[in-house]
Amino acid sequence: MAEKILMIALSPTMEEGTISAWKVKEGDEVKNGALLCEVETDKAVMEYESPVNGTVLKILLEAGGSAKIGELIAVVGKPGENIDALLKEAAAAAAPAAAATPPTPDRAAPPAGPTVGTAAVSSAPPAAPAGPAAPERAAPPPPAAATAWEGPLGYGSYPRSSPLARKLARDRGLDIRSIPGTGPEGRVVRRDVEGFTGRPAPGYHAPAGAAAPEVPAAEARAPAVPGLQSQEIPVTGMRAAIARRLGESAAAPHFFLRAQVEMDSLMDARAAVNASAGEKLSLNAFFMKLAAEAIKRHPRINSTWKEKTIQIHGTVDIGLAVALPDGLITPVVRDCGGKTVSRIDAELAVLIDRARRGGLKPEEYSGATFSISNLGNYGIEEFTAIINPPGSAILALGETRREPVLGEDDELKVRRIMRMTLTCDHRTIDGAVGAAFLRDLKLMLQEPLRALV
Amino acid sequence: MFDHDYDLVVVGAGPGGYVAAIRARQLGLKTAVVEKDRPGGVCLNVGCIPSKALIHQADIFRSAAALEDLGVRVDRSGFDYRRVFKKSRAAAERLSKGVQFLLKKNGVEYIAGTARLASAREVVVDGKTLTTRNVLLATGSRPRSIPGFDIDEKTVLSSTGALMMEELPKRFVILGAGAIGMEFAHIMNSFGVEVTVVEMLDRVLPLEDAETVAVVVKEFSRRGIRLLTATKAAGLKKTSSGLEVKLAAKDGSEQTLEADKVLVAVGRAPNTEDLGLEKIGVGLERGFVRTGDWFETAVSGVYAIGDLIPTAQLAHLASKEGEIAVERMAGMNPPKGVPPDEVPSAVYCEPQVGGFGLTEEEAVRRGLVFAKAVFPYRGVGKAVATESVEGIVKILFHPETREILAAHVAGSQATELIHELLLAKRSELLLEDVADMIHAHPTLSEGVMEAARLAEGRPVHI
Repeated sequence: MAEKILMIALSPTMEEGTISAWKVKEGDEVKNGALLCEVETDKAVMEYESPVNGTVLKILLEAGGSAKIGELIAVVGKPGENIDALLKEAAAAAAPAAAATPPTPDRAAPPAGPTVGTAAVSSAPPAAPAGPAAPERAAPPPPAAATAWEGPLGYGSYPRSSPLARKLARDRGLDIRSIPGTGPEGRVVRRDVEGFTGRPAPGYHAPAGAAAPEVPAAEARAPAVPGLQSQEIPVTGMRAAIARRLGESAAAPHFFLRAQVEMDSLMDARAAVNASAGEKLSLNAFFMKLAAEAIKRHPRINSTWKEKTIQIHGTVDIGLAVALPDGLITPVVRDCGGKTVSRIDAELAVLIDRARRGGLKPEEYSGATFSISNLGNYGIEEFTAIINPPGSAILALGETRREPVLGEDDELKVRRIMRMTLTCDHRTIDGAVGAAFLRDLKLMLQEPLRALV
Repeated sequence: MFDHDYDLVVVGAGPGGYVAAIRARQLGLKTAVVEKDRPGGVCLNVGCIPSKALIHQADIFRSAAALEDLGVRVDRSGFDYRRVFKKSRAAAERLSKGVQFLLKKNGVEYIAGTARLASAREVVVDGKTLTTRNVLLATGSRPRSIPGFDIDEKTVLSSTGALMMEELPKRFVILGAGAIGMEFAHIMNSFGVEVTVVEMLDRVLPLEDAETVAVVVKEFSRRGIRLLTATKAAGLKKTSSGLEVKLAAKDGSEQTLEADKVLVAVGRAPNTEDLGLEKIGVGLERGFVRTGDWFETAVSGVYAIGDLIPTAQLAHLASKEGEIAVERMAGMNPPKGVPPDEVPSAVYCEPQVGGFGLTEEEAVRRGLVFAKAVFPYRGVGKAVATESVEGIVKILFHPETREILAAHVAGSQATELIHELLLAKRSELLLEDVADMIHAHPTLSEGVMEAARLAEGRPVHI
């Protein structure tokens, strides 16, 4: 059953979106969570990820076009699936101006199953005239042959590969297309995947021609993990997004401001609150709340450079960097200025849990107007972070630890000290503006009561 | 440069040698094959082929009982086993001639005679020396015996003698419950002979999966074939009325069986003698020829395959080994050996047994990770319709990767059914691929599909 891809609200205030770029084309296979397109909203350019697995059958709204929330922008389904009815329905629902493109007839007629083999063969390049002795035919077919054929099984862009090889590659997070095949006609087979990772597939296998060796149970269950080895790993969707977004932020002229904070009051206050409330509010929730309060006093921190204008945001939407097994995501708590610490903490807990399970929606991790990255848990004293667009600043928090501090009375005292670094985009934030914000934030962290006055 | 008579001389025209010779010609090698007996070797002449002819006749004879079920009165009085024997010889004869024809058609020079290696490049056939770049040893094996049972092929038979019997014995004792023993038990029992199978190990068909063997044991017992396991043949005495076979069971008990003939089917010994192997440096290991990659011996250019080397003694394996060796000689890059998991085994008693890969017991013994799906024939419509509900399709698979690791089938047509699963394994198909493939209805092959569906957790007919 084909899935309708509708324009959705990628930000809470969005009513209409403009496709700034499609990242897939018709005929592409997409996985749930893969980037479909970038949508420009009232706030920022947001990524629209596929909510389903399938093949892009139809793109109805070209790049540059706009659609209201709920309007059909694309259809994802099985290759060859008939989507006429679906398109008609969409056309009827849409405004009269929006004329639906008639479906292309060739997609409506799927190739019959039994022709798979011949289809695959016929798309291969014409074989060299086979001489009587032409045993070496190991060269894999050129990529053109692999992409030209789209079989009904959805392996369209895959090279020749065995089902087992594909499953092993999938289980190991490898892209089958990046693995050279050594099977018949360059087919990617089990040994290619094993050789690629240097790791045998689970299961038992005796070397060819030899008597099966005794394999201890433990070894069969857990193949030995090799040490360092040269290998190329495919770029996941998340990794690509990180690279793209942080690459974008390289355009921003960064400057850095450092300050050290005595954390004793905040830590004590938190301990007291946690003790009386019986709930454990995370320190990050306090940081987010106090940063939002400091931002209220310095709205320029909460802005986006838009070339001709500077967008000052009306709410403080703070993204907190969360490490994942393969990557990083910044779940965003909206309007931290308008929420209590416990509310922020509750929302954060839900978002982080979902992020770790990979179920975060695009609107939940994009569009942060300010970001915080906390590496205190790793024993990092201080560090600098890279701005997370569309925000203009990010706060990097180090470890809180006991240090001797020279007090105003010239006496050495032991205080819990945290060092923080603010990274600012100089296009929107000048040094003094950033400094004034960081000073106020420092004072609030040292004396949380200040946030109330 | 020294000019050789041949690129390849194959010694032995059995299923290993003649296939290798034809393959060599396909690859453009000038090839001769030397055979001291008949083309086709044991397999065609006194092995697989005549025994299958006997089994076919046995099944026809046995189906007389099915006719009686329909009210037909069958008069067996005119039954003449000699005619059965003649049919089996006709089949062997025809195929042996067929091999000779194929060799000729492919341009293989057939030399009748006994070969001996004078050097790695010289094969002497009855005094005449052939020079060659490569030698392929494919001399096969012969029946082995046990102490006290000297094979005379009159009353104490090897499989050869059993195939050449022109009259049925009344009481037949078979020593050894491997494929040969069990197939003869099936044949003889079908013709009404009183059969006892004696096996030293704890169970019959010790190389096959226990669960599939249980299907055979159940059916054999129903048919009145006596299976004595964990029992040794201790001695033989010829008496005026026939033979007395002394048996000693593992538990210490002893008994004596009276028999008209005894078949010794305890294994086969490689034919390594009188080939001049030691002289040229071809090493032996427990009587078998030792080979390395591509079945090349320690002497460069001299290869050995089939029953001569310590891989499974199966005609189809010998053929494959021969092809690999020859492709290597021709400068191709074939695999270095044959993965043991990909060699099918087949036992042609009824119910049949077919399989490949480790048995469940062996997988357990090695502590390997696997799961299994066992689908009974009685869940297959065709099996019910054709009164062949005794059987199972069993697949061992890896629970995570869904790879097919091994499969064992017992029942009607098991030796045919196994190949779909073997193809799936070799092509690295997953269980879902077999489960999702449409199988014609009604066929026994649906049992294969159902076993795969069972593994996938969605069987329909169980």
